[in-house]
Amino acid sequence: MWRFIGFRVLQSIPVILVVITVTFFLVRLAPGGPFSAEKAVIPEVKAALEAQYGLNLPMFQQYLAYLGDLAHGDLGPSFKYPGRSVNELIAAGFPVTAELGLYALLVAIGIGGIAGVVASLRPNTAQDYIPMSVAMIGICVPSLLMGPILILVFGIYLEWLPVSGWGDIPGDKILPAITLGSTYAAYIARLSRAGMLEVMSQDYIRTARAKGLPEWQVVVRHALRGGMIPVVAFLGPAFAGLLSGSFVVETIFQIPGLGRFYVQAAFNRDYTMILGATVFLAVLIVVFNLLSDILAAWMNPRLRSQYGGGA
Amino acid sequence: MSAPLITDIAQAEQGTSLWRDAWLRLRRNRLAVLGLAVLCFFVLVALLTPWIAPYGYAQQNLELGATPPSAAHWLGTDIFGRDLLTQIMYGGRVSLAVGFIATAVALVIGVTWGAIAGYAGGKLDAAMMRLVDILYALPFMIFIVLLMVVFGRNMLLLFLAIGAVEWLTMARIMRSQVQSLRQQEFVEAAISLGLSPATIIRRHLVPNALGPIIVYTTLTIPSVMLLEAFLSFLGLGVQPPQTSWGLLISYGAESLEEYPWLLLYPGLALTLTLFSLNFLGDGLRDALDVRGAKD
Repeated sequence: MWRFIGFRVLQSIPVILVVITVTFFLVRLAPGGPFSAEKAVIPEVKAALEAQYGLNLPMFQQYLAYLGDLAHGDLGPSFKYPGRSVNELIAAGFPVTAELGLYALLVAIGIGGIAGVVASLRPNTAQDYIPMSVAMIGICVPSLLMGPILILVFGIYLEWLPVSGWGDIPGDKILPAITLGSTYAAYIARLSRAGMLEVMSQDYIRTARAKGLPEWQVVVRHALRGGMIPVVAFLGPAFAGLLSGSFVVETIFQIPGLGRFYVQAAFNRDYTMILGATVFLAVLIVVFNLLSDILAAWMNPRLRSQYGGGA
Repeated sequence: MSAPLITDIAQAEQGTSLWRDAWLRLRRNRLAVLGLAVLCFFVLVALLTPWIAPYGYAQQNLELGATPPSAAHWLGTDIFGRDLLTQIMYGGRVSLAVGFIATAVALVIGVTWGAIAGYAGGKLDAAMMRLVDILYALPFMIFIVLLMVVFGRNMLLLFLAIGAVEWLTMARIMRSQVQSLRQQEFVEAAISLGLSPATIIRRHLVPNALGPIIVYTTLTIPSVMLLEAFLSFLGLGVQPPQTSWGLLISYGAESLEEYPWLLLYPGLALTLTLFSLNFLGDGLRDALDVRGAKD
């Protein structure tokens, strides 16, 4: 197990370096510097500004300086909001996005997991078809459509729930969490159904039944652990999807999270903010991929022994 | 008297060919056939749009403004009095074109990459697939947003960026196909006949791996179309004066309280297409008995 973890951690390091490097040079390659904005700036002022931010140095030196700052956890100043650092902006936006992502994940695992397991217990009956058809709807109705439709139905026609904001009115977190979670609930339903079907035909389940365990105990105590491995392995990619999905959901529901900052920074051409937020999100996604792989390996004895056994 | 018998056998054999067999199985899957029909209809409409659209693409009627569906405007009009059906038809051209072209880019890169890696084996294979592993771990959605910001929002780049992201799974599928095909006698025969690797890949390996390639291609198109809708919704994809379903949905979402039809009909068009492609992909997977292309 430790060898597996060590191997995956080592594999992640080049990925993170590639992300930082590619992002840095892409942003620097962008046409027009940060100060060649709408208003024409006097050349002397522009030069002074560029010197202040180290933009007059050769590209490679800037890159090394950026890496050095990163090593100290410093993502640099924001070009758009003078006096504010990228760190501050991320610190303001990320907790909101993280909370939204967490609720969405709970929605996805809760609804998707239960639907998938229920469907797998009686394959090819109504108990299977109905949840799986709903899951297909969840996959084919993207969040950018699901969000406005939920607003229309629950916010405007039924007037049950608030339709914008975050933490201002009770209940305003419900629709965003459902919107963001629905697609992943659908994928998790399909994955857990497939995983459970595979496990339920194994010998050890027959053994568990043969020794007289009630069916719910067979499912809960024996089958779930194996059947959920595909779901756990999916959590890493799902996390990446939730983060980028939050761009859309935060825009729809006007939530002041990192996703909305990122899209705004994209429009404002706030290059340091884009660079910093990309690096931050990318590292986060790589780390979560790593964690979900490790968790999936820990749950799967066969994969564990493949990397030299031990726990 | 034996000659007709031979043609009979030949015909019988033709009747059980893989593709014919697959088509027979696909035809029995009603959802997949429905998906194929809807898809063909949308593609046909998209191709014929300039001739059959009820109104001109840029035709406005500011006095009319936004009206609900009526006899003159089947799906209503937007705030500029533009016919929504016409907008959806032109938007569909863009959305479907992005879906098909970007998938084609992914198909070409992925199949070539996977076939070379699988055929070469050894160190080259390890290096090529390690690169795929690294790229897999990159957060691509964020990179595409970044690319659109840095290089401006042009369509060609959108095709390339999306295509360049989606080829990875195709490469993996192709490689595993080629690896198992490589061991078979007909490939050994081709090698001993002195055919070049490029010819062997093109003439013998790719045709024999067509099943999984087709299935995965069908399932890639909807995810590409979703990506385009996502970017356009954020204002980072297709730009006015061009339009796409994602862009129409984002306009609709802005005024959904007053003019809900502006959201619902473009949304319906996108959703129906995604449904059709997913059902068709699932159906093809079962019909061609492909494993490993699942989710």
